[in-house]
Amino acid sequence: MNNEIKPPLWILLELTHKCPLECAYCYNQLDFAKTKDAMTKEDWFRVMEQARELGAVQLGISGGEPLLNKDVLEIVKKANDLKFYTNLITSGVGAPKGIVPRLKEAGLKTVQLGIQSHDKNTMTLITNNKNSYDEKIAFTKEVKDAGLQLIVNTCITRQNIHQVGDIIEFAEKLGANYLEIANIQYYGWALKNINALLPSQEQISEARKVTNYYRTQRTDMKVFFVVPDYFATRPKACMNGWGTTFLTVNPDGLALPCNTANTLPLTFPNVKESSVEHIWYESEAFNYFRGDKWMKEPCRTCDEKEKDFGGCRCQAFALTKDMNATDPVCIKSPDHGIINKKIEDSMIYADDKIIYRNRLNSLTFI
Amino acid sequence: MKNISVNPNFQFQWEEKQNCYVLLYPEGMVQLNQSAGEILNLCDGKNSVKDINKILCEKFEMEDLTQDINAFLEEAKNRNWIKYEQ
Repeated sequence: MNNEIKPPLWILLELTHKCPLECAYCYNQLDFAKTKDAMTKEDWFRVMEQARELGAVQLGISGGEPLLNKDVLEIVKKANDLKFYTNLITSGVGAPKGIVPRLKEAGLKTVQLGIQSHDKNTMTLITNNKNSYDEKIAFTKEVKDAGLQLIVNTCITRQNIHQVGDIIEFAEKLGANYLEIANIQYYGWALKNINALLPSQEQISEARKVTNYYRTQRTDMKVFFVVPDYFATRPKACMNGWGTTFLTVNPDGLALPCNTANTLPLTFPNVKESSVEHIWYESEAFNYFRGDKWMKEPCRTCDEKEKDFGGCRCQAFALTKDMNATDPVCIKSPDHGIINKKIEDSMIYADDKIIYRNRLNSLTFI
Repeated sequence: MKNISVNPNFQFQWEEKQNCYVLLYPEGMVQLNQSAGEILNLCDGKNSVKDINKILCEKFEMEDLTQDINAFLEEAKNRNWIKYEQ
């Protein structure tokens, strides 16, 4: 088996789960408040060295809000010295003054920034932070002034799906090199808030039409449109297959094949106790869903199993309580009715109040 | 003739594990074949097509590679990998 495993290409460091925003759609675990910031700067350095040694080339620095970590500049510099391609995934809110040009100087290549809306009230509604709009706009200006590449991520929910055209124009004005219009996937806080967030199929078709229209009009800003899997007929090839490409390290030092994998009933290794090499090739957790031996029907005999790997394990577990089950978004899944029920419920209970992603709310889930 | 350099939003480097030159961009990587890698490696802002041709012809004992180099550079420009210095 060992020889068939390709090295990880993409490493994501979640420097902290603290965040100034309280986004209703956050994929973080509901009980994130119990995650400690247990990694020292030296721990992060070691992880980067070991991952680079294995052949990883892409480094994402994320969170929570990674700029709240006091060592972030040194971490970026180290990543650049190791010749990673370095991406910062940030809210742009609460950043230390003057940090952007220093990030550029440290070798940062790309800033990915969430812009939830062109409209201040909508942004406040989604993030529950009334300063977010002004701070984000100021931050994007600093990013462009520093000559950094800007990727705007817009997470789409019922709150902003009707604004897609305006948001595209807004991102262009901000000088975005890429715009990702991502219908959110329903994990963590997003799944908790699904009744308040899930758009209808008609709204999604309309948003896609608007996006396509803008795409034909413009050439300089690349626009991506991510379809929500609840309205697809087949599951997404989650993480390009478990343990094939991605490795995330969370603030506790847990190594995960995807950001939400620790919602599964598996024991994940910690980078403070094992090397990245051992974790990637030898650990039980990273080997668990490699190949197709774990698959049940209808996946096991499905001719598309090499394409989507049975879909997302976290979604299968969250919705069916069986982590080996077919991802229920697949219309071949015997559990597909769960998805239809979620869609129906989100129309019936559309007025459900949003539970924001913050520490106090998180403590109630521990 | 204008000098050519790699678009600074990309990152070009030799990768031992892949045993080839690669070009990195947000969330992605292109593994380059030998000729593409050799050409891009010379797009350092100091060389023009003429310079690149001279260096590669010497290295690989060829007469003239201008056509191949231009064909690749046109493709690279379309993909936004390179820029011509002003």
